[in-house]
Amino acid sequence: MNLIWLIPLLPGLGALLNGLVGVRYFSRQVSGLVACAAMAGALGVSLFAFAQLLGLDPSARVHDVVVADWIPRIPLQLADGTIGGFEVPWGFRLDPLSGMMILVVTGIGFLIHVYATAYMHEEPRGGFARFFCYLNLFCFFMLLLVLGSNFLVMFVGWEGVGLCSYLLIGYWYEKKSAGDAGKKAFITNRVGDWGFVLGIFLVFVTFGTIDFREVAGLAAAMPVEVQFGTLSLICLLLFIGATGKSAQIPLYVWLPDAMEGPTPVSALIHAATMVTAGVYMVGRNAVLFEHAPIVMQIVAVVGVLTALMAASIGLVQNDIKRVLAYSTVSQLGYMFTAMGVGAFAAGAFHLMTHAFFKALLFLCSGSVIHAMAGEQDMRHMGGLKKYLPVTFTTMMIGTLAIAGIPPLAGFFSKDEILLSAFLANRFVWAIGVVTALMTAFYMYRLMSMTFFGEYRGPAWAGHGHGAAHDAHGAGHHGHATDGHGHGGGHGHGAWHGPHESPRTMTVPLMALAVGAIVAGFVGVPAVLGGGNAIHAFLEPSFSPPGHVEMAHAPDVATAAPAAAVDDHGDEHAAEEGAHGAEGHHAPVAVELGLMAFSVAIGIIGILLAYRFYVQTPEVSEAMAARWAGLHRVLTNKYYVDEAYDATVIGGTMASARGLWAVDRTVVDGAVNGTGRLTIVAAWFSGLTDRSVVDGAVNLVARAAQELSYAFRRVQTGLIQNYALLMLVGVFAFVTVYLFVR
Amino acid sequence: MSNAANFPLLSLILFTPLVGALLLLVVPKTSGNAIRWIANLFALAGFVVSLPLWFWYDTTNPAYQFVERLPWIPSIGAEYFLGVDGFSVLLILLTTMMGSIAVLSSWTAITERVKEYYVFLLMLQTGMLGAFMALDFLLFFLFWEVMLVPMYFLIGIWGSANRLYSAIKFFLYTLVGSVVMLLGILALYFSFEATTGVYTFDVTQYQAHDYPTNLQWWVFLAFFLGFAIKVPMFPFHTWLPDAHTDAPTAGSVILAAVLLKMGTYGFVRFSLPILPEASRTFVPMVVALSIVGVIYGALVAMAQKDWKRLVAYSSVSHMAMVMLGMFALNPVGITGSIVQQLNHGISTGALFLLVGVVYERRHTREIAEYGGLSKVMPIYAAIFLLMTMSSIGLPTLNGFIGELLILQGIFAVSMVWAGVAAAGIVLGAAYMLWLYQRTMFGKIENPKNEHLPDMGLREVVTFVPLIILAVWIGLYPAPFLERLETSVARVVSRVSPQYTDAQAAADCSTPATRVAPVMASVQAQPQPVAMLAQAQPAGPSAFGAAACSDRTAPGQER
Repeated sequence: MNLIWLIPLLPGLGALLNGLVGVRYFSRQVSGLVACAAMAGALGVSLFAFAQLLGLDPSARVHDVVVADWIPRIPLQLADGTIGGFEVPWGFRLDPLSGMMILVVTGIGFLIHVYATAYMHEEPRGGFARFFCYLNLFCFFMLLLVLGSNFLVMFVGWEGVGLCSYLLIGYWYEKKSAGDAGKKAFITNRVGDWGFVLGIFLVFVTFGTIDFREVAGLAAAMPVEVQFGTLSLICLLLFIGATGKSAQIPLYVWLPDAMEGPTPVSALIHAATMVTAGVYMVGRNAVLFEHAPIVMQIVAVVGVLTALMAASIGLVQNDIKRVLAYSTVSQLGYMFTAMGVGAFAAGAFHLMTHAFFKALLFLCSGSVIHAMAGEQDMRHMGGLKKYLPVTFTTMMIGTLAIAGIPPLAGFFSKDEILLSAFLANRFVWAIGVVTALMTAFYMYRLMSMTFFGEYRGPAWAGHGHGAAHDAHGAGHHGHATDGHGHGGGHGHGAWHGPHESPRTMTVPLMALAVGAIVAGFVGVPAVLGGGNAIHAFLEPSFSPPGHVEMAHAPDVATAAPAAAVDDHGDEHAAEEGAHGAEGHHAPVAVELGLMAFSVAIGIIGILLAYRFYVQTPEVSEAMAARWAGLHRVLTNKYYVDEAYDATVIGGTMASARGLWAVDRTVVDGAVNGTGRLTIVAAWFSGLTDRSVVDGAVNLVARAAQELSYAFRRVQTGLIQNYALLMLVGVFAFVTVYLFVR
Repeated sequence: MSNAANFPLLSLILFTPLVGALLLLVVPKTSGNAIRWIANLFALAGFVVSLPLWFWYDTTNPAYQFVERLPWIPSIGAEYFLGVDGFSVLLILLTTMMGSIAVLSSWTAITERVKEYYVFLLMLQTGMLGAFMALDFLLFFLFWEVMLVPMYFLIGIWGSANRLYSAIKFFLYTLVGSVVMLLGILALYFSFEATTGVYTFDVTQYQAHDYPTNLQWWVFLAFFLGFAIKVPMFPFHTWLPDAHTDAPTAGSVILAAVLLKMGTYGFVRFSLPILPEASRTFVPMVVALSIVGVIYGALVAMAQKDWKRLVAYSSVSHMAMVMLGMFALNPVGITGSIVQQLNHGISTGALFLLVGVVYERRHTREIAEYGGLSKVMPIYAAIFLLMTMSSIGLPTLNGFIGELLILQGIFAVSMVWAGVAAAGIVLGAAYMLWLYQRTMFGKIENPKNEHLPDMGLREVVTFVPLIILAVWIGLYPAPFLERLETSVARVVSRVSPQYTDAQAAADCSTPATRVAPVMASVQAQPQPVAMLAQAQPAGPSAFGAAACSDRTAPGQER
């Protein structure tokens, strides 16, 4: 486990190699191999470290590695007046939560790397290496994020994945929409980061440390804040950061646009890993958040509202990737709902299962887009089932998983979130259920429009489709290239109809499908006869450090409700601890009832979609016409982008232009004005110089001239007169001299 | 420190560029390449001879080091008095490095009056180095004024369209500030004489002297005008965009990377330690202007259509950040402020160089003239991306360390100030990424850009040291921070004595010799167990040590 720093380093080296050398000299095969090998290595080390972690006693499953000093200690006065020391090591920590995350990142990351080698095969050589450089770099930062043992190392990863996201969304940089989307993602995330950094600063001045475990330990000893206090402010600021990265209201707007990036990127970054960073961060700071119940409520409400809003938008989208994007936003909302009601383990569990089925869904959509030569509009698909059997089967597994159909992964994790919500807040639960219905509906709608029914896409050479279809096809052919063109296109000329993807793409699909089936089995609840192993495993990460020892110290235990939860090491007690004050005491009947209910909801959603889009497709059109207003609002995503454009962005640009005008006219005007004033003053002074100063000189000359007339009379020409005057003069001089002396 | 032989290292660093300039004077005008080689050699030699400073500077010694002291004008007590501490070591190294980069970058850009150009560039170098080394206030003022002249000619002769206006504006504006500053210096000089009976411009003695509060206020304001114009702080910043826009590339690079640091260096070298009471009093004013500067500079940058002017306004924003950290008046803020000065030198210097690269090819700075350059200039696009990220403070690059420390430092003083200033970082990302998108992304629409050659070897070489530094400071800033520790502690012991006192209470081995300061009691306050263990330093820190040495010896080495 001392080698955990290798886990991020390997993809980092891969990125360096591809970035510095590969762009110039590597063939596609070598570039892809380097990137995949780096990920395979990271996966290997991760598995090894994880196995070692499992071998430890549950209370001892924390392993710290400090690689080097980053920022050495600098004194700083803390909020309580003492002098602390601001100090940041390059510290990594393997514990159950980060252990789970490194497996998700390296495991799914590896599969997506393999998939991408085939998906990106038409890119030019340099671009191919650049792509894998960015993808490796992303994994480097993501692993830094999850392994960091303090806020700032996490923040390095946090910003780093943001950069990679920017670069990969804008990978096809010649497309304006791609550049715009990348910029939007980065800046929106920066808004969230504003809250995150301020949260980190407040953590430091409050606790004198930014190490997660030390902070958790100190926070555990503080009272739960019934009123909004420092801890609440910390949590609120951190949560602002999380809303940016994890695309929650009000900062979710970047994620749907991020679909401009290549599909493997959408799968890895904008579904499975990066966007879950906010959830992970909240989970990391579970102890802090438990001490801020007001913020917990905010988290739950924001989460569930985001889930509902995104799901409702997803109902009417026609771009296959956009549906999935809104689905991701919605599922992230679920995870935050879990966090907000104190079910941290459930949230993290859903994060893990979601990573499998959402990565799967995105990669399947990529396979479809690949088959359709870049087409992303589901209205021009249909009936693809027979052309893409593997993609269809695996995508159906993903759909059932996200819809919460047992025994697939999504069922267990989503059900647990809904149960926790039910126990904590019925209102939140009710919205969660409505969202679940919508989820099942829009996912099956996606399946129906893509794989079932008649083929509605463009015709291809040697294909006996009707003339009407040909015209139709030509009509949207241009659409496919300008709007959602797949980079340089997928070789439209040589397109021979929808075709199943090569094995390098389908094998990762199958692997992920297996994951989407079995990933939930680690969290089978007790009522179904399972042990809910993941709960017990993750629990220590959500508790204050060493609270076994602290429980024996009576003064600390009474001060901290969270620490009062005893840790006998058995799973049931730990599970209870997860919910802290919320408790987890639902009767078995209620639990089973809720479970049955949510399964029913999922099935109803699927059946509705089946009826509207497979049985009688005209019904959906009729409904869209009937509620045209609502449909338009949903299609236009509640006009949130337009509202932001008009207010925040417009306001910033207007003030920028306004201040630029002020700068030129007022601020610089004052400077130039002073300059001109000086010139004017100088002119006057010149005038004065000529008339007054110089005039005085001339005056003296004139006066001398005038006076000389008077003195001329003295000049009589007589010697004796001169002698007399001389005598008077000498006499006067001597007299003065004698007196003054 | 291996300065046992009393080798005049500082003088050597100081006069190497000047010797080069003098040598150039005798080279015939027509031999352009000989002139270029000589200028490059001397600029590089200037950098090489300054490197020992990095290795020989003793990070544990709080006194000024490499001191050289000779009488200059004995009748008024002025001396040729050079010496460096952590601040000046880093800034001198920045100056010599940027100097050689600027000289190298001019190879093909300057074709007229080549000889005079390099003479002025090298003279400027000596002027700037002198200002960072002088510990005699009059000597400092001399260098401060001397560097105006070559810069004036660099802008006025080799600048673009509006060069005369910009050059005169630069010269006069700075001059106004420095005249007022001179009055401040004289006030200190005479006041020092009035209480001690000694006529001296020795800055180290000023720094140990407690000036009357009333005088501190006036002198602070006088210095403020001089330094704030140079920084430049809002609202004294309007000379900067003009000067930058019209200066030749090397001029802009030097102006941004080094010349602006004169202002901030002035604050931290003179205002804070000599006028600690006034510095504390004027914190709200300086902080308010800094925060306005951060946001205002960023917003105005966003409205620019001229590439260079955009970078110039980003400079205004970044330098305001530097001022903000400094006036947090705590170790974290001041350290961040110095680090950010280096960072600004590196990243903004690089951004001006980058503009210069395309300007040399296209002779326009209009952003709208470009677009899609990634396609034809991939190396350029990669370096530009790296420097953009450095400029907007992406972690693992240098800008982050500076901004982090500055904001953490100011946060410890006021949450609200930090909150508003941090918004500048969002805007910083916005205007830089927009610039990047407008110039690098998209399709090439302007046919003139279709065949632009990518950067050549010489051009790449000018960026290599900057890239290395950006990554080094970002990943492992400890060597830089170590060199600042004792110097920051010395300044903090003047402006925020509670730090020194609290540490001294823990560190000084002979507490009986001095009265325990009031603030030392804070250390004894009850606090959580884990935190107490965390808060105790392992050994005597620089802060305690500074306090001890403050009381045992005047902080300087003869």
